[in-house]
Amino acid sequence: MSATRRITYREAVREALREALLRDPRVFLMGEDVGRYGGAYACSSGLLAEFGEERIRDTPLSESAFVGAGIGAAIGGMRPIVEVMTINFSLLALDQIVNNAATLRHMSGGQIAVPVVIRMATGAGRQLAAQHSHSLECWYAHVPGIRAVAPATIADARGMLWTALQEPNPVVIFEHATLYSDEGEVPAGGEFAVDIDRAAIRRAGADLSLITYGGSLKKALAAAETLAGERIDCEVIDLRTLRPLDEETLLASVRRTHRALIVDEGWRSGSLAGEIAARIAEQAFFDLDAPVRRVCSAEVPIPYPRHLEEAATPQVDTIVAAARGLMRR
Amino acid sequence: MSIAATFEIEYLQYLDPEGKPVRKDFPEFTRDLDHMVELYKLMVSTRVFDTKSIALQRTGKLGTYASCLGHEAAHVGIGSAMRREDVLAPSYREYGAQLYRGVQPREVYLYWGGDERGNDFQNAPKHDFAWSVPIGTQCLHAAGAALAFKIRGEQRVAVCTIGDGGSSKGDFYGAINIAGAQNLPLVAVIVNNQWAISVPRRIQTGAKTLAQKGLAAGLFAIQVDGNDIIAVRKAMDDALARARSGQGGTVIEAVTYRLGDHTTADDARRYRSEAEVKEAWTRDPVKRLRAWLESKKAWDAKKEEAWKAECEAWMDEEVNAYLKTRAQPVEAMFDYLYAELPADLAQQREQAIALERGH
Ligand SMILES: Cc1ncc(C[n+]2csc(CCOP(=O)(O)OP(=O)(O)O)c2C)c(N)n1
Ligand SMILES: [Mg+2]
Repeated sequence: MSATRRITYREAVREALREALLRDPRVFLMGEDVGRYGGAYACSSGLLAEFGEERIRDTPLSESAFVGAGIGAAIGGMRPIVEVMTINFSLLALDQIVNNAATLRHMSGGQIAVPVVIRMATGAGRQLAAQHSHSLECWYAHVPGIRAVAPATIADARGMLWTALQEPNPVVIFEHATLYSDEGEVPAGGEFAVDIDRAAIRRAGADLSLITYGGSLKKALAAAETLAGERIDCEVIDLRTLRPLDEETLLASVRRTHRALIVDEGWRSGSLAGEIAARIAEQAFFDLDAPVRRVCSAEVPIPYPRHLEEAATPQVDTIVAAARGLMRR
Repeated sequence: MSIAATFEIEYLQYLDPEGKPVRKDFPEFTRDLDHMVELYKLMVSTRVFDTKSIALQRTGKLGTYASCLGHEAAHVGIGSAMRREDVLAPSYREYGAQLYRGVQPREVYLYWGGDERGNDFQNAPKHDFAWSVPIGTQCLHAAGAALAFKIRGEQRVAVCTIGDGGSSKGDFYGAINIAGAQNLPLVAVIVNNQWAISVPRRIQTGAKTLAQKGLAAGLFAIQVDGNDIIAVRKAMDDALARARSGQGGTVIEAVTYRLGDHTTADDARRYRSEAEVKEAWTRDPVKRLRAWLESKKAWDAKKEEAWKAECEAWMDEEVNAYLKTRAQPVEAMFDYLYAELPADLAQQREQAIALERGH
């Protein structure tokens, strides 16, 4: 096995940003507080000093303005990386992303490419109340014309950005807010870029496919550990890319294990979990030994009190309980 | 050359940083020294409250808290000018205005302690709006409230506050624009404290003043010394009177300075100089009004000491009340979502209760 290093998710994002800025003069970073402050989650700290105000750009406080300008700059030949503090405030730029970035190639008969990369933190778990804690990834995954990716591991946080920048289409990157301080392995050197096409099997198993993404991956892996002690052997699948979905990997796993449990921090109604369940039902129905199950967030605005925030979102024990139910234990 | 229109922005100030008058035509309300002392006392209690909040956060009894240090004149000036029937649509740090309108410190603590019930003000007008964490959205809500007053022919005014950063948002521009277009009784106060987290005022706009945004919207516009409560209050009184009598809305830019960190999660030393902050302290709004009141023999060191002690005791009482608040039960997360919970959510509510019992 090749040599690796341990770094945090935050450091991985920072290294990826730095690499992009060094390798491609068209790349620049913009958003609120990305400069001197170093980004709401400290991903860009130090970059202003290294690259200067032209390439690390603090913007006026207006998400639709700086996301829209990022889209325009991409059309104009640059490779902007736009940071939105959180997915919650990306809603202000939905018109720019959904109605413009995602449609312009189509509307222009293929003339206009929008190679913009938009990064945003997502998810609950930091006791920041409803308006900072949504998981709305599936809204973006719903939209044809964009790619939506959710790096759940340190290596993906390090490697997905460069790949996203090579995409001729708009890419939205979701970084779960509870991941930034987690540590993990990345290659010691050489090429870091990873594909943004395929789901990954993070743990092989025979009894049950645990399908998840983003901030829920570590919970799913912890649940799989517990379940292993009860002789329930879970296969844990990390979607990685939310649009387009890597159906092949998902379905192949379900055909082996004959059971599927989907863990999704989004709200259940109209969720990605619902989409995955539907595809399994459509294409692997006769391979199933039990109905598909889902663990999603309670359908409420994420509560402010910590104990309620925990109760509202998927947790290791709720995943374990659902898996037991699925195995009829 | 023919000129289509010309504009200017008045700058209003009565007291210099030492509390000395810079003009003679003081507004009528300043003659009532008892009232001026009341305003001063609230500025002091706001500051004592703020210090207490930060101490609570540092000892782990409060979550992230947004300090109002340095904003006391602006905030108390806004709150004290309003009538009870008016509507206040604040952002998240205008405690001075809110305390004046009856919000209790325990409610602020409860909110920043991580409990939405803090937004359910017991003594403040129920028609006032909750804190608005998504920047700027409250401006449009205020415009809508103003529209409701206008439709019903009520002599009420909607007041929103917004930061220098927030005034870059479409919500702000949209709110003042609709107010201008439809002659709504809206007063929008831009509390320009020079910083939006780490982003300085110069990065927000190329415009010389933030007040002039109001002119573009067809509103009255004025810039005031936001550390001079007399200036803030006078601009508010005029704006409220105009709006109440159907003469149109106003944008007031109150120029002040955020003396503290953005919130307790921030460390402003990372992005601004100590020298800048030190310089800003020379314009401290509390010191300024105190100096003026003392020159009028309306205040002195003994009164100061006594009032501060009273404030401390008050805050201790508030902290105790806050700390005694019982946590919300698990079903609470469903209970304020709809007037009546739809059946599928009622089922999720039951499941949440069952799960909680199982633990
Ligand atoms: C729509 C939106 N974008 C970003 C944020 C994150 N944020 C919180 S406070 C703040 C700065 C606000 O600055 P300003 O408007 O000047 O008000 P101040 O905090 O100085 O009172 C930002 C960017 C937010 N809450 N809402
Ligand atoms: Mg500000």
